[in-house]
Amino acid sequence: MDRRTTIKWMLAASAAWPAWRGAVGQGAHGTALLRPPASPGYGTDPDLVTPHKRGEFWPLTLSAEQRRLAAVLSDLIIPADEHSPSASAVGVVEFIDEWMSAPYPRQQRDRPVVLAGFTWLDAEGARRGAKGFAELDAATQTAICDSICDASRATPERREAANFFALYRDLTADAFYSSPAGRKDLGYIGNVPLTSFDGAPPELLKRLNLI
Amino acid sequence: MPFVDPKSQQRAYDVIVVGSGAAGGQTAYTLCMEGARVLMLEAGRRYQPESETPMFQTPDLAPLGGVGTPQKPFGFYDATVDGGWQVPGEPYVRTTEDHGGRFDWWRARMLGGRTNHWGRISLRNGPYDFKPRSRDGLGFDWPIRYEEVAPYYDKVELLIGVYGSSEGLENTPNSPPGCLLLAPKPIVSDYLIAKGAKHLGIPTIPGHRAVLTQALDSRSNPQRIHPGNEKAQRILAADMASRAPCLWATPCGRGCSIRANYQSTTVHLPPALATGNLDITTDAMVYEVTLGADGHATGVSFVDRTTGKHEHASARVVVLAASACESARILLNSRSTHFPDGLANSSGKVGRYLMDTVGSDVTGQVPLLESLPPLNEDAADGHQLYTPWWLYQEQRAGKLGFARGYHIEFGGGKRMPGPGTGSGLEWLTGGSYGRKFKEEVRRYYGSFVYFSGRGEMIPNENSYCEIDPGGVKDKFGIPVLRFHWQFSEHETRQAAHMQRTFGEIIEAMGGKPQKIETDGAKAIAPGGLIIHEVGGAIMGADPKVSVTNGWCQTWDVPNLFITDGAVFPSNADKNPTLTIMAIAWRAADHILASLRRKEL
Repeated sequence: MDRRTTIKWMLAASAAWPAWRGAVGQGAHGTALLRPPASPGYGTDPDLVTPHKRGEFWPLTLSAEQRRLAAVLSDLIIPADEHSPSASAVGVVEFIDEWMSAPYPRQQRDRPVVLAGFTWLDAEGARRGAKGFAELDAATQTAICDSICDASRATPERREAANFFALYRDLTADAFYSSPAGRKDLGYIGNVPLTSFDGAPPELLKRLNLI
Repeated sequence: MPFVDPKSQQRAYDVIVVGSGAAGGQTAYTLCMEGARVLMLEAGRRYQPESETPMFQTPDLAPLGGVGTPQKPFGFYDATVDGGWQVPGEPYVRTTEDHGGRFDWWRARMLGGRTNHWGRISLRNGPYDFKPRSRDGLGFDWPIRYEEVAPYYDKVELLIGVYGSSEGLENTPNSPPGCLLLAPKPIVSDYLIAKGAKHLGIPTIPGHRAVLTQALDSRSNPQRIHPGNEKAQRILAADMASRAPCLWATPCGRGCSIRANYQSTTVHLPPALATGNLDITTDAMVYEVTLGADGHATGVSFVDRTTGKHEHASARVVVLAASACESARILLNSRSTHFPDGLANSSGKVGRYLMDTVGSDVTGQVPLLESLPPLNEDAADGHQLYTPWWLYQEQRAGKLGFARGYHIEFGGGKRMPGPGTGSGLEWLTGGSYGRKFKEEVRRYYGSFVYFSGRGEMIPNENSYCEIDPGGVKDKFGIPVLRFHWQFSEHETRQAAHMQRTFGEIIEAMGGKPQKIETDGAKAIAPGGLIIHEVGGAIMGADPKVSVTNGWCQTWDVPNLFITDGAVFPSNADKNPTLTIMAIAWRAADHILASLRRKEL
């Protein structure tokens, strides 16, 4: 989705609910923030050895309200279960904030899509009488997500919202499975020095009929 | 001798080597070990893998999870410094942005060049690959035969360390005993791919990569590499013994602080420096080879990036090893009354016949690999097995519709999770989220297989570079290149064949390909994207239609050599780096012999 389409969609979303019309352009998720502040990025010769903190190379830009909504949505996508904590508990919101605030083309394409998605979600919340999406009860939040979680099945008027959801799910998963908790959740046991490499275990190959 | 700034350079070098990657590293290594005094000029900064390599760093410690950006296209942890498809302040021009006609030029501005991040795949060209025109009437033959290059392949393998095996397959040469290291053991997905491929009559054999799966033989190898040269043997033995074997973790593309894989900076340069015969000046952007009244090269002019000053260095011999297109650019920018169209360009062929590798990829998902128990499958960073080109007979019989072959690089396994591990799964999950999504990511993690076709492109008249007629210059004031590019049906049909074949292998494994693109023009990666660009100053037997002879010596200027991929008159499916090193070594031997005979 290009920026022009995004703005059109945001306008359409808000036009449907007059109470939100004023939000576009100046509100919490508005067009004023479609582009993050200019930054030179980390350059072509960054220090690769020292761990980096979010916000070290460019300022984070999400408001407290946006981060709250981001956390609620990330945790609907990756909730805590018996294997691992929820997305927001392992720094996913900070990752997404860093992503949306980054000066690179891919991230700058994603930013207005996510901001428009936030606006749309809050509009849905308002339509149901809440202050915003984050204030809805869990069942209502889930019902809204169910309507946009699969772009191929979404109704035409929800297609853009579904595209936003697909992107946001990807970002949440990218962040979560980059974290130590995500690696543990998947049972990853590599990235450790070994004196020899044994290859595939014979008993497993037998079970799979590969030897 | 050591790292020197332009002021500290001596006045009496035997050879100037421009570039410090596979070609420059190998050329300087050979020359220095055999006693020649060498000045190496590198456009980028000094780079020290021992302290700068992010070994074991995880994606959560990198900005954006380490994903690629225009400033670090292969990801944050990729070894490349000041490089990529675009280098700030060093533009290039192309005639179109279209998929089929664009060329993207990868450069790295750092000591060791692209050898710091490359894939380490090290395949020998076979006998057919040196005489392609004799076989099918297309492209050009090399003026040298496999048998002439084979001893140099042996030496390169003994020096840098390459794992693999000798299988005796057609046009896929064996190595003599002791040259290759043991290949890593296959992982689960390798067994399954091999089974699926076998079902279709497609062979799979151990891969060849420049990674030390075991320590090199520091007693025997130096004697085989430098017979009769005790000093060289002693220096190399000490250096070889100080390289650690692979510790089976952390991707090779980041470089290797323990020197377990080949990088020019960890393998070629340390022993060359230890001879005392090598001076290296970094941040030296060479733009011209200077010519004396006698028609011999006198040296090179360069910009010192640290001061912005223009400097000159002289030597008896000049070797360009700056990468195919950069070497062509230096020649084209070296204009004089003798050579108004660029140095060594009496044939008009400088910049001509650029080739890349034909590339096309397919991803598949395989149910049999789902929900496997935890496995450490880091291995030596992939390529335990590969498939050499196998349809020589069908091709000879004209059944394929394209003239040259490709090999298959494939992989899978439970690689380190990060961005991409849990994203883009809608084609399998139908858009789940919540607890179900977490279960599905667990189920699918490690169940994907990846196939990359890497095939031969035939040189053509429409793929070349020239000095930009629009007059664009880089930040140093040096005129830049303009690229022209075109694939023929030999390449696009080959790409379509790759797609169909990979789909068939995945289906034979009981899996599902994500997408098969049957239109070859869409399936083929744009020019330059595989970063195997060669040609631009091809070698040949006829000075009228080639730039150098079989010794990488320019026809027009006897003391000017080009030892990088620019001299390739064909670009076999085999990745070019091993061949670049072999012909650079051979050229350096020729330079040494000529210097000893006072011919240069």
